[in-house]
This record gives sequence, structure tokens and C-alpha cells, in this order.
Amino acid sequence: MAILVDKNTVVLVQGITGREGSFHTRLMLDYGTRIAAGVTPGRGGSDVHGVKVYDSVAEALEEHPEVNTSIIFVPSRFAPDAAYEAIDAGLKLVVIITEGIPVHDTLKLVDYAKRKGSVIVGPNCPGVITPGESKVGIMPGHVFTRGPVGIVSRSGTLTYEVASALTKEGIGQSTVIGIGGDPIVGLTFTEAMKLFEEDPETKALILLGEIGGDMEERAARMIVEGRFTKPVVAFVAGRTAPPGKRMGHAGAIIMMGEGGYESKVRALEKAGVRVARTPFEIPSLISKVL
Amino acid sequence: MKLYEFEAKSILRRYGVETPPGVVVEKGEDVKAKILGSGLEPPLVAKSQVLVAGRGKAGGIRLANSVDEAVDIVYRLFEHPIKGLKPRYVLVEKAVSHTREFYAAVTLDRGNRGVAVLASLYGGVDIEEIAREKPESIVRHSADFNVGLRSYEARSIAMRLGLPRELQQGFASFLQALYKIFIDYDAELVESNPLTLVDGRFVALDARIIVDDNASYKHPELAVERVEGGETSVWESKARGFGMAFVELEGTVGVIGNGAGLTMTSMDLVYEHGGVPANFLDIGGGASSERVKRALLVLLEYPKARSVFINIFGGITRCDEVARGILEALKEHKGAPKPVFVRLSGTREEEGRRMLREAGIKVYDNPIDAVRDAIEAARGV
Repeated sequence: MAILVDKNTVVLVQGITGREGSFHTRLMLDYGTRIAAGVTPGRGGSDVHGVKVYDSVAEALEEHPEVNTSIIFVPSRFAPDAAYEAIDAGLKLVVIITEGIPVHDTLKLVDYAKRKGSVIVGPNCPGVITPGESKVGIMPGHVFTRGPVGIVSRSGTLTYEVASALTKEGIGQSTVIGIGGDPIVGLTFTEAMKLFEEDPETKALILLGEIGGDMEERAARMIVEGRFTKPVVAFVAGRTAPPGKRMGHAGAIIMMGEGGYESKVRALEKAGVRVARTPFEIPSLISKVL
Repeated sequence: MKLYEFEAKSILRRYGVETPPGVVVEKGEDVKAKILGSGLEPPLVAKSQVLVAGRGKAGGIRLANSVDEAVDIVYRLFEHPIKGLKPRYVLVEKAVSHTREFYAAVTLDRGNRGVAVLASLYGGVDIEEIAREKPESIVRHSADFNVGLRSYEARSIAMRLGLPRELQQGFASFLQALYKIFIDYDAELVESNPLTLVDGRFVALDARIIVDDNASYKHPELAVERVEGGETSVWESKARGFGMAFVELEGTVGVIGNGAGLTMTSMDLVYEHGGVPANFLDIGGGASSERVKRALLVLLEYPKARSVFINIFGGITRCDEVARGILEALKEHKGAPKPVFVRLSGTREEEGRRMLREAGIKVYDNPIDAVRDAIEAARGV
């Protein structure tokens, strides 16, 4: 068991002929991910690393009905369109790697996906990996190993750091999700936690947060309310960061004191979460609760 | 992208919101001719157009009882720095005598993945304090992004504020205009603080709009040259000119990372091991060697950084590109040499590490060792 992706995941790569799309198609194939087809409008008929390219998602699905997941490398101006195309074709998991999508576009897209029953991971995220089975993303595959710990993270590179530290200590991961760093993302901490709660393979969870927003506070509430019952270890990046960009007075009013490092750590600790001071403390903290 | 007050107000007017009559004067223009030509009658208020908060308290807003006094003030405002920045524009407006100051804003609601509409009868500079001490005095409404702010919702905000019946529709229209601007301009924030009442009509005395940087390509009409924030140092502008997030700090250890989370963690690590970071510099995801080179060149020249700690864990960022950028920067750098400590892991780490080692640069697998050495080197100078 695992969540979101596994050996039955069959992937469509949108934007497969671009620099990143083509490079990471190679790396995903090397990892063992099943990639059935790619899409780049206007480039149908060609192939990338042996993967056939189509002009549209519908065309690709006609030839490869086994596809159930899309990963999007399309440039920001066209990425939302690519995501709508994947959702409308009935794909239930859409991973958006693209950075720089206007936040209003993401708001609309995420709401649409929800109504259509599709899960969006991202945008501006590293993707999802179930070690040894499938990597739908851009993370360096070799730092992950299979095991009992789930990870959900707001930061891509921090995820690699922590997975690598766990792997060195012999602690494997069930599924690792990078939910993305944009102000609005599809899958949230609490939605990912719901999936991990239901996954029998996951025995404990690592939350990698950062300052800003209120996802860590919401995760803490979920634990307090008993909707997540597995042990959790967290790290929040930005303990020493100077106050960043503020959105006028409204930003401060709307957060009502939430969003900062102290607020997040306080909420998490109150919920019984062990909060690491550095990412390198995580392996020893998590091994105590396994 | 923050808009100047005069830009924000001109947008508000196009959406039917009343603002005090005014004229914008650019540095170098004939101030007197401009004010006289506008037909504005005293009393006037001159407002320095800078993109930083706290302008009023920093002396950037001044009253004038005659045109001559206004002209004199405008010239002085051009020379009066607000948080280190002199304005390029000054807005001269008819002074509106008022007693009440209200607050209204539309902003992104991250938590609820929607749009928040905020309003209060107690606006002005102390609005945040009021939000803390009397949160019930701020009405907060979450609008459905797909439906927008309906008239009845806007009216109900007015009712919840306790506005008398004859003012409710006017306030509702004001909120709906802000909401429409928020949507049409891909804004992160549309705020009027304060707005006031003049003869039963709501007038925006100040206005603030922040447009999502990622959406600025949709709004080419906003492409006027703008000087962001007076707190921005030369070094910050330099790095931002290349599209990189840079924050100047007080310490001696230069920090470069990829991704905000890892870069912040790198700073946390510097503190954790007894050092103080000289900066925050995030090269972002998938940086080219050119980008890495520019980032490192900034830090090699940046006098506060006595050593540089580069912490890269590549996913979409490729370690060989990073190594190439580092080598090019070290080659191009003309000033005094500065010790550089590179932690390089992830995508194509073998290639990247080999390139650096062959050039005689020590590469670390473990960031803690790199941090310790960088702190040590910064002390040793």
C-alpha cells in the first residue's frame, strides 16, 4: 500500500518535448515509472526517449486508455489550460510542476478540479514518489527508500534533505508528497494527512512546513480533533527569517497572529507533535515513535 | 507588484469609486504650473508616492493652505527620503476635511482558498492594533471565487458593521468595486485605508493595490517603471534585477540555496551553529549556470559576506549546471578572493561534484560540515 501513486500508476507527461519535460521523462523512466505517452500541441507523432507524443490529451488517452495520472511541465502561461485538459479527459491525479502560475488562475483551477473529482498536486511542487514503485515528479529518486514513514512537505528541496537523512539512518518512506510552495495549492496538508491516516503502511508522518499561511495550524487542529491519529514529527523552516513580504494591513488582519514560526510551533506542540529544530534531528525523533 | 497610490486611485475611479480630486507631479516638472493647471483649490494635501508603509509617520504627507505653500512642500517632498527612498512622483489632492475613517479591503484568503472581504468602521493607521484588541469590530466575509461578491453579501457586510440604512447601499457598492478590481487585476490585495464619508458618499482617501507578479504579463498597461520599497538595498535590487529573492541581513556568512524552504533552513543552520547569516538568497528551481554565476558574483562582491555557504539539493536544479555557474563566477570575479563552501546533492550530483573537485574546490555531502567551515572562515578573516 501507499497513497496517490504506486506500481499501477500510468503517467502522461504534458509538455514532454520541453527542456524539463524531456529531461525528467528520462529520469522518471530510469526510476521505473510507467510512462505511456506525452503531449505537446503541434508536436504529435514525434517521440521522446521512446515515449510517443500526441497533440492532445484526448488523442493520447484514445491510444493509451490505461493512463490515470498526468504530470505537467508546460510553461506557466499555458499550464492551467493543460491541467483543465487533463481534468476534462477524466484523469484523477494531476501533478503540476510548473512554477509562476498566477494565483487567481490556480484558485479557479483547484476549485474546478474539486468539482470534477480530480486531485491536483502543486503547482510549483516536486511531485509525488512511492519509493520503489513510482516517481511522478522531479525529485532525485536515489535519496528515497521504502518504509513506514510518510512525508508531506511545502518545500521541495527540504524534502530531499529530510528523505536523504532518513535513508542514511535506514528509515524508509511509504509515500512522499511535495504539495508545492505557492500561496494556493491543490492538495493541502490536511487532505494529504487524511490519505496517510487511511494508509496501513504509513506508521508515522513527517510534516515539513514553512512560515506563512496557516496549513501547519490546520494540521495541528486536525490532530487535536482526533482526525489524524498517527505519530507526527514536524519541522518548520524560517525560524530565523526576517519578516517577509506583507500584504498591507489585510495580510496581518486575516492571519490574526497565525502564520509565523512561533504560532506554528506552538500549535503543533500543543497537538503533541514533536517539532525538530533542524531537519537533521528528524531521523532520531521519528525513530522514537516508530 | 505594488501600484503607486495615484495609479490605484485612477483604477478606483474607473470602477466608480470617488477619490479626492488631484494631480500627479513628476520630478522635474514645473510644479506650480501643474497645480494651477489642475484647477485645485486650497486647502491641499501633498503625498509622497513611495511603495513603503508608514509614509505618513515618516513625514511623507503634508497639508498646504495655499498653492504656493503646496508648491514649496512638493519640492521638499521630492528631496525627502522615506525609508531611504526619494519619490519620483508626488500626488497633490484637494484636502478633504473628515472626522470618520473607515477601512475596506479585498484580499487572498489562503487558508480558505478563496477571497476575503474585510471592513471596519475604525480605519486609519491603527487598524492592525484594532484588529488585535477589538477583533469583533472588523467584519470578515469569505466570498466564493466562482460567484463573486453578490450585492446582498456586500449589503450584509454593511449591516453587520452597523451602518445606518441610508448608507448601506453606498458602502456595498464601494466593496463590490474593490472586489471587481481584485478580480480584473489579478490582485493579491485591494485596500482602501482610510475611506471616509463626504455628504453621504464614500470617498477613498488612500488606496493600495498589489498585483500578482506572476500575472503582470496580463496587465501591460501597468508596466510603468517603479522603484519597489525604500528598504531595498543596492544589493537587494541587484539580485532582484536578475529575478532572485535576496534579503540583506546583519551577519557575516553569505547564504545561497535553492528553494525558499531549503534556503531558510540554511540560514537556520548558520544560527544553530553559532554564526549569523549575511543574507538570504534563493536561486529558485531549475537555475541555469548563468543564474548561479550571477548569484555567486553578487555575494562575492557583497562586503558583509566574509564567506559563502552554498547549499544545493537538486531536484529540477541540476548539480552540473550549478557547478558550472560556480566555476564561471570564481573565474570572472575580480576582487579579493572569498572562501566558498559548497554542499551539492541531488540530480546529477556526481557530475557536479567532479567538476568542482577537479577545479580544486572542496565539496560537501553534509551541509552541517559546510556550515561549520563557512562560519569558521567568516570568523577567521
